[in-house]
Amino acid sequence: MTQLKVYNFMGIRRLAVGLSATLLVLSTISLATQGLQLGLDFTGGTQVEVGYQSPANVEGVRAQLERAGFEKPVVVHFGSDRDVLIRLQGKPEPEQAISDEQDGTVKKALSDKVYEALQSEGADVELRRVDFVGPQIGEELREDGGLGMLAALIVVMFYVAMRFQLKFAIGAVLALAHDVMITLGFFSLMRFEFDLTVLAAILAVVGYSLNDTIVVSDRIRENFRKIRNMAPLDVINESLSQTLWRTINTSLTTLLVLLSLFFLGGELIHNFAIALMVGVGVGTYSSIYVAATVMLAMDIQREDLLVPEKGELVDDLP
Amino acid sequence: MPNKFPLWKNLVILLVVVFGFVYAAPNLYPPDPAIQLSGQSGAMLIDQAVLDKAAAALEQAGIDHFGGEADGEGALLRLGDIAEQLRAKEVIQAEMGNDYIVALNLAPTTPDALSSLGAVPMKLGLDLRGGVHFLLEVDLKSALKTRLEGDLEDLKSTLREERVRYRSFALIDGQIIGQFRDAEEVDKATALVRQNFPNLQPQSIPGQNALSLTLALSVQASSDLEDNTIKQNLTSLRNRVNEIGVSEPIVSRQGKNRIVVELPGIQDTAEAKRIIGKTANLEFRLEAQSRIGEMFDFRDPSSQGVDARLENRAIITGENVTDARASFDENGRPQVNISLDSKGGWAMGHATRDNIGNRLGVLFIEYKTRLEKSVDESGTVELTPIPYVEKHIISLATVQAQLGKQFRITGAGNQRESSELALLLRAGALAAPMYIVEERTIGPSLGTENIQLGVKSVTVGLLAVLLFMLVIYRVFGLFANLALATNLLLLVGIMSLLGATLTLPGIAGIVLTVGMAVDANVLIFSRIREELAAGLSPQGAISAGYDRAFVSILDANITTLIVALILYAIGSGPVQGFAVTLSIGILTSMFTSIVMTRGVVNLVYGGRKVDRLWI
Repeated sequence: MTQLKVYNFMGIRRLAVGLSATLLVLSTISLATQGLQLGLDFTGGTQVEVGYQSPANVEGVRAQLERAGFEKPVVVHFGSDRDVLIRLQGKPEPEQAISDEQDGTVKKALSDKVYEALQSEGADVELRRVDFVGPQIGEELREDGGLGMLAALIVVMFYVAMRFQLKFAIGAVLALAHDVMITLGFFSLMRFEFDLTVLAAILAVVGYSLNDTIVVSDRIRENFRKIRNMAPLDVINESLSQTLWRTINTSLTTLLVLLSLFFLGGELIHNFAIALMVGVGVGTYSSIYVAATVMLAMDIQREDLLVPEKGELVDDLP
Repeated sequence: MPNKFPLWKNLVILLVVVFGFVYAAPNLYPPDPAIQLSGQSGAMLIDQAVLDKAAAALEQAGIDHFGGEADGEGALLRLGDIAEQLRAKEVIQAEMGNDYIVALNLAPTTPDALSSLGAVPMKLGLDLRGGVHFLLEVDLKSALKTRLEGDLEDLKSTLREERVRYRSFALIDGQIIGQFRDAEEVDKATALVRQNFPNLQPQSIPGQNALSLTLALSVQASSDLEDNTIKQNLTSLRNRVNEIGVSEPIVSRQGKNRIVVELPGIQDTAEAKRIIGKTANLEFRLEAQSRIGEMFDFRDPSSQGVDARLENRAIITGENVTDARASFDENGRPQVNISLDSKGGWAMGHATRDNIGNRLGVLFIEYKTRLEKSVDESGTVELTPIPYVEKHIISLATVQAQLGKQFRITGAGNQRESSELALLLRAGALAAPMYIVEERTIGPSLGTENIQLGVKSVTVGLLAVLLFMLVIYRVFGLFANLALATNLLLLVGIMSLLGATLTLPGIAGIVLTVGMAVDANVLIFSRIREELAAGLSPQGAISAGYDRAFVSILDANITTLIVALILYAIGSGPVQGFAVTLSIGILTSMFTSIVMTRGVVNLVYGGRKVDRLWI
């Protein structure tokens, strides 16, 4: 094995800052102007997925539903050309009482009516999935999602500040916020649907990106303590180079399984896989450039890290 | 000796691997489709004879079945083909009649050797199994209103009895507001309320009219009311759900005022909604003393006979029943304690005063639907639902004394029957109305498809990672792969043991864990490579690599775990499934990638002279 090659990552950090800034601005503009294409989970409403025996004609299904009195239903293929997803427009259906108080008859939900309308013209339709979410539930989920994200960032910042040092914590949290914003921006820009599984994916991205950042930070801390008489910039470059292969290899294995999920996991977790792939990509980049750049910008010094934490050996060479 | 584990460490690793194997193994045995038979009432005996009758019906219909079991409380028949499950259910229901609950089920095929160790397969979520998920919201406001209306009536009659004069008393916005002519009467009324109605609290509102009195339910009382309302709704829902005929239904409270109902295997959502939305009712009627009256059957003929004649007029209905609980009397015999609201108590007292020694019957009224079979012109069989009302006597007991707001029914047979009676009494009592705030239905074919997709993506993802690790880290890649496979085994084993439910996002979590679990090994191996490059001996490099990488791995995993926990806390059903697999995966991967690979590496390289490492 040859001696490790040290790349001058930080030399192009101005370029990286420019790139990140551009992506962040793009994301912010997209999020501010067209927002996220929120899925049913968050908006509330009704959607019905049906399967036909033979390839279905989306236009025909739409016309059929309009004849049955549904206003502007959104009808799209879902996964294959035999599966159709129908989303009902307009005001979300309010909470439904299950049954009549007096005689126990069931009030028909919108979804039942859709299925009946499709069956009425004799086609062989199979009901695959119904989602009805009341408007109130959607609102609660939106709130909980935002709160969860915030809670994750705060707890993580606290943990990193405790285990490492405040400058590391700020770097790590900015890297996380960077990854989340860009992934959200990507979803907004591409007009991909943002549902509950994508929210889960974004939180998983937080976990993943953090994982990466921490491994890098850990090495930076170790090197700051071990190497004397070296400029912080060089220490960081050396640390990033040492962890480079690990960063790349882990990202690759994760991307491999995500590709498998994307291509084989089915339509329901398609967007989940996309969010994670974007997030892992951005997360890999940010663990190299964002966190370290922030630390340099805050003028991190060897002295910041010299006080050993309780019970931890500074020098553990055998 | 460098890089040598003591024997006990190796044994622990071996033990954990064996543990993973044993508890993951049941998932390899796919369950049989089955039909479950049980009685409408707990007192019915489901024995071999019942089983034989059901089996004979299946024989006749030409449905392949095997392995019937009956244990007195229920029976299980396994079927050869899942496609015939629905037809089998119909055939058996038609044969056995409506006294039996016939449910679709999946019977485990875990070998006895495994199940005796408590090893069971993972439960499948609705998205993998097909079924209906409802989130119901209980209208607590309406429960509060009913409660306050009752209190208002009681309060008015108390005031009248005590000759406290008031101008008006009304229920406005969840508060009882009374108007008086003079301040003295206000004080008297306030004192009365404090004395007799501890649950009502006089409110002082700045600037309010001195001649008015505002009362609100105390915090304690309203939270009790909420709890009781939800409990009552849960009970009646469970009771109704049992009738639908699904195995392992879930009916549980979520948050303050919501109830989750999950019905695996159900395909007809309209039918499910009809049953869970069904309102049962109760009527308390005296036994008819002459021929004028109506004949009713007993719900459970084994207890008191076949039928009895009751008066046409109901004394009170389920609306007046506030609670019913099974307990034991002073002689240790089972009894049911019933509480009525004040209106009901008054009516009951009035009606039973002159009827001591006569019998009082409780009628249980259910709104049911049966499927009428008819054949139309083209020869296809049509099933039309016909709604009908069923009334059965659930209790007929002799009135021993004048009854009031609280009374008890004794002699209700054994403990099981008395708790069932209490359940029926509560189920009949009208609880607060419920609304569906979320519904998710997954068709059975989509469920099966989701399983296949899940298995396929896990397999392909796993293979890709295994190959990648082999190519990059050669012999050490093999060690990592061993750890990865064990990790998957442990993850599945622990999830099965904990009774966690596997969902599609859960599978995504497993896939992601596979991808991320190797991270720890990547870290360690990269470190070993570095130490080798820095000139350490192979043994020293192994030792240093593991030691140095440990802190990074720990920090990285703890932070990911924090995120997974937050995900669990904020998420609902499917997202929680993802969070659970992710968290368990993180923990098991720490063990396999740090401890286990070290054990294997030590076994291979430890304690001897190694010239070079294939890494």
